[in-house]
Amino acid sequence: MDFASILAIEILGSIAILVLISIGLAVVFGMMKVINMAHGEFIMLGGYVTIFGTTHAGLNIWFCILVLSPLIVGLVGLVLEWLVVRHLYGRMIDTMLATWGLSLAIVGLMTMLVGNTTTGISTPLPSVAIGKFSTSGHVFFLIALATFVIIALACLFKFTTFGLTARATTQDANMVANLGGNPRRIYAVTFGLGAALAGLGGGALAPIIGVIPTIGITYIAKAFITVISGGATVIAGNLAATSLFGTINQLFTYWYTPIIGEVALLVCAVILIRLLPQGITGRFFKGTI
Amino acid sequence: MKNPVLNISSLVGVIVLAFAIPYFVEAFTVLNFTVYIIMAILSLSLAFVWGMGGIMVLGHSAFFGLGAYAYAIAAVNFGPGWEAVTLSMLVPATFAALLGYFMFYGRISDIYVGVITLAVTLILFNLINSTSGPQYKIGSAPIGGYNGITAVPTLSWPNGNFIDINGMFYLSVGLLILSYLFIRYYLSTRYGKVTVAIRENERRAELLGYNVAQSKLITFSIGGAIAGLAGCMFANWGSFVGPTIFGLVQSAQIIIWVIVGGRGTLIGPILSCIAIQWMTTQLGMQQVVNVGFVLGIVLTIFVLLVPSGLAPLLAKIPNVVRSRLNGKPKEDVALGSPAEEGQT
Repeated sequence: MDFASILAIEILGSIAILVLISIGLAVVFGMMKVINMAHGEFIMLGGYVTIFGTTHAGLNIWFCILVLSPLIVGLVGLVLEWLVVRHLYGRMIDTMLATWGLSLAIVGLMTMLVGNTTTGISTPLPSVAIGKFSTSGHVFFLIALATFVIIALACLFKFTTFGLTARATTQDANMVANLGGNPRRIYAVTFGLGAALAGLGGGALAPIIGVIPTIGITYIAKAFITVISGGATVIAGNLAATSLFGTINQLFTYWYTPIIGEVALLVCAVILIRLLPQGITGRFFKGTI
Repeated sequence: MKNPVLNISSLVGVIVLAFAIPYFVEAFTVLNFTVYIIMAILSLSLAFVWGMGGIMVLGHSAFFGLGAYAYAIAAVNFGPGWEAVTLSMLVPATFAALLGYFMFYGRISDIYVGVITLAVTLILFNLINSTSGPQYKIGSAPIGGYNGITAVPTLSWPNGNFIDINGMFYLSVGLLILSYLFIRYYLSTRYGKVTVAIRENERRAELLGYNVAQSKLITFSIGGAIAGLAGCMFANWGSFVGPTIFGLVQSAQIIIWVIVGGRGTLIGPILSCIAIQWMTTQLGMQQVVNVGFVLGIVLTIFVLLVPSGLAPLLAKIPNVVRSRLNGKPKEDVALGSPAEEGQT
């Protein structure tokens, strides 16, 4: 029983991590049809902001994770949108390549600035014991944060004027412009929001991973696969894909090794895309957000 | 390039130049140039798959890496011979066919093809990276994890003679020219013309009755085989393979060569590959600016400002000069139109 609950918590944690690393990408892809290859680097930057904020500036770790990381990375996202992404809307493949260039450049820049070494901070929460097993307290924080992010995004898209305009822009940008909206600003804010969510994810993961300039690569493949399998519907698609892949990843990790877990995730995704080319939400959960 | 006399004379020129190079430079430079040429074969294979076939493969290094590993593992098991070379092309081609079956018959869009190939190469990287330890071996070849396979047996000439540094250079140049001629020949056949037609307008090609998925699958597999050949040569060059050849940086480099050289041409990506690698080597000698930083900026700037690459741009220069001399404006001669993907 203790063991079953530990395994359940680990699976929920695995899903929460997938949500945190992929939700920013899902927002940008679902709302703007832009695949941001620099997403992994935004996660990396978020991790560095939290680490340097706590170790160098001596700030409170929760403040760094929840406020500083999303804020700074969100600003970086806005600047890059203004410099690069803005000029390529409607050209999906060119956007992808240009952001890949940005990804390489950001990795190179951070390597020049902080060096190619791993840095980390210790987890702020003590480990939690269940019966004779124990698990990291940080997992509970990640699960809570992922839940909060999903609910907050759902509220944002469902109940605010920005959310309404953003969803309308996804359907027909010209009509929004005709009705007096500003699709360009919506796109800019959405890209910034995606970057901020990546920053939040990076900050939240910083205590349990070693951050290195090339860390983005570790997350980018999983984040892409999750988003594409989820389909165009941001929140329902992301939840469905993360639940499926998180469970598979964690179960295979438990039965074999973490690497087999990743391979199982990929194989599952390739078969899923063969069966459902439009992603999970292309067939199920239609009409949700 | 419509003029056959010009074509043959430039080919002869390239061969003469290539054979002359080792007599004028140091052995170290020849060694460096050899790897540039090997990478040019890789660049050519993506120029074929992406530039001519319109299939955007972001993780093309998967096939390069599979070719290198297939050669290395086969060479350790059966000795370095034609079996190992055949396998180095067969394994990636088969893998491409399998992956292509899922992608092209599943009718997934361009962008998903890109992301899936990228994810596949990253997973291969992780998979190979985690196989260190004596329990992971294929036949008598330990895979070696992040340490890679060292002391890979290298090829020798058919008469049994050892291939020295110059020999390796000549072999690479020969294979590059052969691959180039093969692709040119293929593109002139009926199949090749369908390949280009699909790039231009997939829907129209399909409505005209061509089997788009099958044609893409063949293009993808040929590209995989040529990339595998480059991998085989790379394994021979350093007598070493490691998991970083599956890495994201390697994949990005291939993309950059093709983008800078020009999608829709074959010569452009070959030349830009050699030029960019030379630049990378020069940059690597100093410690101030990170190479990845420069390559990333180059990629972004080319996509933003020169999306069709350098070759179409340079190809226009003779026309412009000629029209200035003749005193009348003249239409550009199209040298393989730049691939306008995504809109089709």
